[in-house]
Amino acid sequence: MTDSAAPWFVDFQDVWLAYNDALLKQNQFAVEAIDLKVRQGEFIAIVGPSGCGKSTFMKLATGLKMPSMGKIRIDGQPVTGPLKISGMAFQASSLLPWRTTVDNVLLPLEIVEPYRSNFKAKRKEYEERARKLLQKVGLAGYEDKFPWQLSGGMQQRASICRALIHEPKMLLLDEPFGALDAFTREELWCILRDLWTEQQFNVILVTHDLRESVFLADTVYVMSKSPGRFVVRREIDLPRPRDLEITYTPEFTDIVHELRGHIGAMRQAGAAINQ
Amino acid sequence: MHMKQVERWSPWLLLVAVIAVWQIVCSAFNVSEFIFPSPLRIWDQFIEYRALIAGHAWRTFWVTMVGFGIAIVVGVLLGFVIGSSRIAYAAVYPLMTAFNALPKAAFVPILVVWFGIGVGPAVLTAFLISFFPIMVNIATGLATLEPELEDVLRVLGAKRWDVLTKVGLPRSMPYFYGSLKVAITLAFVGTTVSEMTASDQGIGYLLISAGSSMQMGLAFSGLLVVGIMAMVMYELFSYIEKHTTAWAHRGSQGE
Repeated sequence: MTDSAAPWFVDFQDVWLAYNDALLKQNQFAVEAIDLKVRQGEFIAIVGPSGCGKSTFMKLATGLKMPSMGKIRIDGQPVTGPLKISGMAFQASSLLPWRTTVDNVLLPLEIVEPYRSNFKAKRKEYEERARKLLQKVGLAGYEDKFPWQLSGGMQQRASICRALIHEPKMLLLDEPFGALDAFTREELWCILRDLWTEQQFNVILVTHDLRESVFLADTVYVMSKSPGRFVVRREIDLPRPRDLEITYTPEFTDIVHELRGHIGAMRQAGAAINQ
Repeated sequence: MHMKQVERWSPWLLLVAVIAVWQIVCSAFNVSEFIFPSPLRIWDQFIEYRALIAGHAWRTFWVTMVGFGIAIVVGVLLGFVIGSSRIAYAAVYPLMTAFNALPKAAFVPILVVWFGIGVGPAVLTAFLISFFPIMVNIATGLATLEPELEDVLRVLGAKRWDVLTKVGLPRSMPYFYGSLKVAITLAFVGTTVSEMTASDQGIGYLLISAGSSMQMGLAFSGLLVVGIMAMVMYELFSYIEKHTTAWAHRGSQGE
C-alpha cells in the first residue's frame, strides 16, 4: 500500500473547483490548480485579498465541497465527504446563546462518533474535559456563564475550544481573530500557539493579517484573486518557540514586508487587468 | 425611580382617565343609555347579569382554548415542515399567505353548513385565525441558521435532524412564544365572531342578543369580558416567554 505510506497529511493534487455545472462549462473556477502538500502537524496560513477563494479552500479541505477536478487526500485517505477529523472556527463565534459556555463546547461530542453513542453515560468525563480545555485558554470561572455574558475575545476562545473538543487532527480557522482588537488578538495568537505546540494537530489558518500568519505558521501561502490560486509559498524559518517579542525583530518584519510585496504586486496586476 | 413608578402605573392611570372622561361626557350631555351607556350603567348591568355573563364567558373561554390548542399543534407541525425543507417552504408559503389574507369571518357560514350551529364553527374559526402566526414564526426560526454554524456541525457528520433539534428548535422558541401572544388574542376574535352568527351560547351570542333587545350596558359588559380574558392570556404567555427564553431578552435584564 503505497497510498497509506504517503508522507503528506494534506495532499491537494491539481485541484479545481467550480461552484456549479454552468460555471464549470464557462471555465469559471473559484479556485484553480491548487497543489498543496502539508506535513503531519504542520501549521499553514493562507493569506490573500478578500474574495479570493480562501473560504472555498476551507470547504474543500473539510470535505464539505468536492473538487470539480483533481484529487484531495487527507490523512492518507481520499476525501469523500465531511471530514470528522477536522474542527472549524470562524470570525463569528456562532455560539448558541441558550447554552452555557461549557455546554457549547460539548456540542460537537453530542454529534460526532464515537462520542455520540456514549455521550449520556460519559457526560461527566466529557464535561471535565471541556472545563479543562476552557481553563487552558483562560476561561476559568466563565464555564457556566452564557456566551452573551462574555467579551468578544472570550467568545472566540470558547469557539476554538468547541472546535478542539473532539481532538481533531486538523483545525481550520477562517479569520478567527478578525473582529478582535489588536491586544486581544495577540493574546489569542499565543493561546493558539500553545495549544498547537502541546497537541500537534494540523492547522490551516485563513487570514488577511500578515503578521498573524508569519508569527504562527510554518508555511505561508499567498492566494491570488480570480483566479483563486496559490501564487507564493513561503516557509517561515523563525525559531520556535516564538515569543511576541519576535514580531519586533528585523527578520520578522522582513518576511512580512516580502509577503506584503507579493500581495501589492498582485493587486496592481489585478487593477491593470480590470482597467 | 419616580419615573419608573409612573411608567409602571401609566396604563392604569390612562384607563381611569378614559373611564372618567366617558362618564363625564355621558352625564354632562345626558346621553341616552340605549345609545351609548355610561361606565356606571355598564357596571350596573355587569353586576346584575354576572351569572349570565359568567356562563357565556366560560363557554367562549374554553372554545377559544380548544381552537388555540389545535392551532398550536397544527401551527408547530406545519411550521416545522416548511421551515426545515426549502421545497416545502417554496410550495406552501405562497398558498398560506393567500389563505391568511381571507377574512376568517367569511368561513363561518360554510362551517355552519358542515358542522351545524354550536361548538364546531367557533372552535374552527378560532383555529383558522390563530395558527398562521405560530406557523410563520416557527418556520422563520428554523430557516434562519448561520451558514458558519451549519458548516461546523456538518463537518462533524451532523444529520439534518441533529441540526434541527440542537439548533433550529431552540432558536425558534422565542419566536414561538412571541407568536403565542399574538395568536391567543386572534383566537378570541375568531371565537367571538363565529358565536355572533353560529351559536346560541358564548359572548358573541350574548353581544347579538343584548344588542337586539337594546340592552347596551349588557353588550358593553360582554365586550369588556372578552377584552379582559384576552389581556390575561396575553400577559400569561408574555410571562412564560420571559421566563423560558431569557437568553433572547438579555437586553432588558440588565445582566
